[in-house]
Amino acid sequence: MNMQNNTKENNTDFEVRSLDAMCVNEEQVQTPAWHNLKYLFFGLLFGIVLIKSEVVSWYRIQEMFRLQSFHMFGVIGSAVVVGAISVFIIKKFKIKTINGEEILLPNKTFNKGQIYGGLIFGFGWAMTGACPGPLFAQLGYGAAAISVTILMSIAGTWVYGKVREKIPH
Amino acid sequence: MSFIELIKQPWPWYVAGPIIGLMVPTLLIFGNKTFGISSSLRHVCAACMPAKIPFFQYDWKKEVWNLFFVFGIFLGGILSFMYLKNDQPIVVDPNLMSELSGYGITEINGLVPEQLFSWYSLGTVRGFIMMVLGGFLVGFGTRYAGGCTSGHAIMGLSNLQLPSLIATVSFMAGGFIMANLILPFILSL
Repeated sequence: MNMQNNTKENNTDFEVRSLDAMCVNEEQVQTPAWHNLKYLFFGLLFGIVLIKSEVVSWYRIQEMFRLQSFHMFGVIGSAVVVGAISVFIIKKFKIKTINGEEILLPNKTFNKGQIYGGLIFGFGWAMTGACPGPLFAQLGYGAAAISVTILMSIAGTWVYGKVREKIPH
Repeated sequence: MSFIELIKQPWPWYVAGPIIGLMVPTLLIFGNKTFGISSSLRHVCAACMPAKIPFFQYDWKKEVWNLFFVFGIFLGGILSFMYLKNDQPIVVDPNLMSELSGYGITEINGLVPEQLFSWYSLGTVRGFIMMVLGGFLVGFGTRYAGGCTSGHAIMGLSNLQLPSLIATVSFMAGGFIMANLILPFILSL
């Protein structure tokens, strides 16, 4: 794939891609495919943190939604504070990527899906005790039957794509 | 206590939260990527069964980093199980324990109660609902909302996005409704 091609494609499907919290500010610098291994490494670290902090525990999620424990609120709250300070610093000092590119953070636009979809996801979160990331961590930790839940979440995503035009946004 | 013994214990929120927060600048600086996980489910659809649905007509190969990240999470789970497993019994709030025992869920261990999430449980009515319907709602809801806890609650809020705040409040509202009003009914099936 050469770079010109890449840019052209990017323009045509920008709209559909930007609608769904996808990464539209992708790297323009072409890097070899094995560079993706860095994401495997970051994911691995993230997975260990999810397991060791018990964020992927069904019990912790139940405690959160029953206000029986501060743990999950503490995790998400402090993650947001650290994330927000980082984003502020990146914007303020115009910090670039390791490849020298400008970091662009697209703004999200409101649609009703954030409410309806949000509620639906909340239902699923309280049932499975997991959002998408934790599902993969639980599977790795040996809960083999969670593969069914993961397949169903892929099915749910597929059905959403199928009925997308017919439901309110 | 050695370092390895220390990290085998459950990590407190003030250790885990900031590390998770640091994922945001790490992904931005190392590859201009915005933190988000549920999109990976969409890429799987686009790669495996696009079925001419416009929503899945895009070059998923450009998003392949996301699949590497998710596979990394899976490997992180395996590594934790092999080397960092906590030997102590899991601590659960006594109120939750007594509520669960009312539904016959008495074996509190691991990450998920085996009496609800297992191959055997899949054949029971409540296990089927929890695993199959629950998973479906997670996939459908996150895509409908345009993100999950990572994309909206952490990445979106870090970037001070109002739509992400709306989505996060909706996630929490949905969870409170399910856990307190609907789950008691499902668990007693």
